[in-house]
Amino acid sequence: MEEILEILEKDGRITPEEIAKMLKKKPEEVKAAIKKYEKEGVILKYKAVINKDLVKSEDSSVRALIEVSIIPQKDAGFDKLAERIYSFPEVSSCYLISGTYDLLVIVEGRNIHTVSSFVAEKLSCLENVRRTTTHFLLKKYKEDGVILKQKEENKRIAISY
Amino acid sequence: MQNIISKKVERIQPSGIRAFFDLVLGMKEVISLGVGEPDFVTPWAIREAGIYSLEQGLTSYTSNKGLYKLRLGLSRYLKTKYNLDYSPDDEILITVGVSEGVDLALRTIINPQDKIIIPQPSYVSYGPVTELAGGIPIYIDTTKDNFKLTPEKLEKVIDKRTRGIILNYPTNPTGVSYRYKELEALNKIILKHKLICFSDEVYGDLTYDFNHVSFPTLPGAKRNTVYLNGFSKTFAMTGWRVGFACGPKEIIAGMTKIHQYTIMCVPITSQMAAAEALVSGKKSVEEMKREYRRRREFVVEELNQAGLTCNKPDGAFYAFPSIKKTGLSSLEFSQNLLKEEKVAVVPGTAFGSCGEGYLRISYASSMDNLKEALRRIKKFLDKS
Repeated sequence: MEEILEILEKDGRITPEEIAKMLKKKPEEVKAAIKKYEKEGVILKYKAVINKDLVKSEDSSVRALIEVSIIPQKDAGFDKLAERIYSFPEVSSCYLISGTYDLLVIVEGRNIHTVSSFVAEKLSCLENVRRTTTHFLLKKYKEDGVILKQKEENKRIAISY
Repeated sequence: MQNIISKKVERIQPSGIRAFFDLVLGMKEVISLGVGEPDFVTPWAIREAGIYSLEQGLTSYTSNKGLYKLRLGLSRYLKTKYNLDYSPDDEILITVGVSEGVDLALRTIINPQDKIIIPQPSYVSYGPVTELAGGIPIYIDTTKDNFKLTPEKLEKVIDKRTRGIILNYPTNPTGVSYRYKELEALNKIILKHKLICFSDEVYGDLTYDFNHVSFPTLPGAKRNTVYLNGFSKTFAMTGWRVGFACGPKEIIAGMTKIHQYTIMCVPITSQMAAAEALVSGKKSVEEMKREYRRRREFVVEELNQAGLTCNKPDGAFYAFPSIKKTGLSSLEFSQNLLKEEKVAVVPGTAFGSCGEGYLRISYASSMDNLKEALRRIKKFLDKS
């Protein structure tokens, strides 16, 4: 992977000037490269990774992984129905996968009821959806490469040869 | 109390900057760029192998030389990496870090009053360990030659009592390393005077701009070289304490003799983890290396911008900037920086008196820490 992307993937807030120093490039070069990535859709967006378990608020959300079996359609295969499913704002991720079912849909809702009613009233009723199996997430340990446990203090001794 | 301690040990000077170290260790919320070990944790697959070996009940001694599996792995590793041939049977010894390797090698070779050449600034243990082995360290100041030992200066100090030379490249504390041609020139002198070369290449895998040249690969060098390396820096395994020494079988046999009476063997858990590092560690090493390289560029650029002249280090994770223009001594600079800005660095004098006027700055620290520390260093310089 391009090194600029590797750096940004770790820290989206790092400045082009800092990246330029790290890679021994001109800031303008880095800025241009980033702009190009953004334009091409290689870089889609920048966002904070939030540990929602620590956010005590009314609308703390629940998540469910839903296995969806569907009947592929002539000409469009799985894509058309997938689009109908992922267009719902409740759906945060949607993947076509191999194995015993077809789509893995990740749904977020305010509580268990909102998620269940989404499945019962929206998802299952779609034409060509054969079956759904819903798994509620109980605990998050690691997400997108980030371990959600509070970081332990650095245990290295402060000075050594 | 004085009479109790042997004259040999009495003669060894405690480090002159011990008090400064204590100051650092006693202070809270310091950003430390004084650390001589990776900031990465040992890659999980390696840690897991150590844990698994414990679950399997592997808690006994191993052979003195170390697990055959590990020696075999190393033999293959060195063959693939440098096309070096060391037999796992009698040319490789597993040691407790490179520290033990250096000690064993020197004790095996040195007769009383033999001289050992040490280019300085150098890692702190070479001189004292030479003295403890009964030898006399002969230091060569390399500061005027961009911290590199030159063949001329080397040849100048050699006399009849000179037995060997300790090379360490990439060098702690300067980050300097040598190219093939430079090593070849040094090797010619070493061969001419029949010296033993103790080559500490523990930072060899952290060489950024060119391929590391292992000393025993030079023409004719293998039979008088003790090649010393370890897992600490490459695989972020400092606390496991695993190193290895490779060399002619007579020397390895001598070293094994001391090792078996003093250490017995390296802890088996550590050896099992090290064996795994050779199998699955490569990808993590590449990632860490890319990260160090980016930090190197950043730190060197920032230091030079701040007015502290600094060569770009070839390897390891240290920058060695000059602070001469501030008019402060290395120790004064470090103490003031610590007190005023809570940033810890190591005064250059820790690595020999010729390190006066320099600092060792370790970039084995997160980018966030480096950014903040350099901001503070700039602030400190603006004030003074």
